Amino acid sequence: MRFLVYSEEPEVGLQLVGRARALADETGGEAVALTASDASPYFGVGADRVVKVVGVEGHDVEHWRLALVKAVELAKPDVVLMGATRRGKALAPRLAAALRVGCMTECTSVGVVGGEVVVERLTYGGSTVARETCTSRPAIVTVPPRTYERPEPAEKAGETVELRVETPEPRVRVVERRPKPRSTVDLENAPVIVSAGRGFKAKEDLRILEELAEVLGAQIGCTRPISADLGWLDQWVGISGKKVRPSLYVACGISGTIQHVAGIRDSQIIVSINSDESAGIHGLSDYSVVGDLYQVVPALTKALKARA
Amino acid sequence: MRQIVLLKDIPDLSEIKVDSETRAPKVEGVKRRISDLDKRALEAAIRVKEAAGGEVVALSLGDEKTRTSMLEALAMGADSAYVVDDPAFRGLDANATSLVLAAALKKIGGFDLVLAGEMTLDSLGSQVGPRVAELLDLPQLTYAKEVSVAEGRVRAVVDLEDVDEVAEAGLPALVTVVREINEPRIPSLINIMKAKKKPLVVWAAPDLGLDAGAVRAASHVKVLSVTAPKVERKQIRVEADSAEEAAAKLAQLLVGEGVVK
Repeated sequence: MRFLVYSEEPEVGLQLVGRARALADETGGEAVALTASDASPYFGVGADRVVKVVGVEGHDVEHWRLALVKAVELAKPDVVLMGATRRGKALAPRLAAALRVGCMTECTSVGVVGGEVVVERLTYGGSTVARETCTSRPAIVTVPPRTYERPEPAEKAGETVELRVETPEPRVRVVERRPKPRSTVDLENAPVIVSAGRGFKAKEDLRILEELAEVLGAQIGCTRPISADLGWLDQWVGISGKKVRPSLYVACGISGTIQHVAGIRDSQIIVSINSDESAGIHGLSDYSVVGDLYQVVPALTKALKARA
Repeated sequence: MRQIVLLKDIPDLSEIKVDSETRAPKVEGVKRRISDLDKRALEAAIRVKEAAGGEVVALSLGDEKTRTSMLEALAMGADSAYVVDDPAFRGLDANATSLVLAAALKKIGGFDLVLAGEMTLDSLGSQVGPRVAELLDLPQLTYAKEVSVAEGRVRAVVDLEDVDEVAEAGLPALVTVVREINEPRIPSLINIMKAKKKPLVVWAAPDLGLDAGAVRAASHVKVLSVTAPKVERKQIRVEADSAEEAAAKLAQLLVGEGVVK
């Protein structure tokens, strides 16, 4: 099978070229990368060819749709692999509609079974995993950043094909860019996370969680209401927030909605502390304590400190 | 000014149970609701209407139950609703769904703004908005967390991972919204009563001039299986008479797991 890979985030593009390389080898095919920037890194991670787009600047979705339609004509891929960043997710379906083909978004795995691309993706708010395939050529597939690791780059070169694209005046005008304050917290890569839910009654009370975080060397996460509704913390864990994969996740005062649980599924050990015996989180944990977080959390901090 | 909002009614996610044998979700008979983000798109349209005037039209591809769901949209403030209901259109993928919705939008016509949630919470697809924009040749503003209309242009704050972009486009245009955009209103009893008197039109494939077979053939994505992953957690309850005892036991267990040094 022939794969065409594109993400406006070069790092994501490199990760997906790595995956495309593996699947191309499996099926006796080709991995083609598309980029507007430097072509050379793509060869090192396994691209056979790089289509270098000339004439598209910035991120206008209609300009990139034009470029990708042309690239599909040129490379004739069976699968177009794209990064499921928000820009990528705005572009992929627009491209798919232009080509009248199928698209599968935010795939947590991409493989080939019997000559057909087969993906896994979350559905029903993140509570279920669907296996899907697509009968159109190409099939458009988007994959979230860091789903696949970027291969170790090798010393390799290859053929670069230039693709010149004439772009019309953009119909969407960006009048202002407001960079978001860079969070100092990197939840997605945190090895230990302690997390707050609605069991916390006031923002000041997060202090007991901070103390636990300090002794565990943990980052602090929370559920959506704590962040989006109350604004106590700037990022939340869940299907609509950060998907995390720590070795230890301590859920404090968290009930365990499916949207939240979908974001912590890849944790190695989940601990819940919740006074509500019937809270769903207990059944989704490795270790659960039915108790008042205002007592258990400080006691746990103390117990861990005593060991150190 | 006419705004059309794309709405999908989906099974209430909190009501979905999982078959213990097959691990398949049981969605049959589960009460349906308008997908949360679509409802926020409707709320955004109603607020634009309150500021700029005009009308709000609800449009949904669904089945006989969707009519009931549309009553909520009408009660919230949509002026009329259109439901595309054709047995041939059940279980279409996003490509085919968008072809149907684009045909319905064309038939309603005269719109300045099309709105939708950035995804529906059942399929988590994030496709229909941009696809419809492409099919109708509209500029798209996706992931809007604020939207307003002035002087024949739509302006949105586009919520990206590391930046908010304030972007504008001429009308007609398509906007998809994120959860942060608003809190949808809860309709009053009077408006719920009034909703039943508002126009609700049901169309089938021939009403849209669509060949149902061709639409079905354009549904390329096939779902092979849907399962709820088994919870492979130890599910050990730490029993204790006091918080201190529970904490001490828990600390020991975590050390034993090697996740605490």
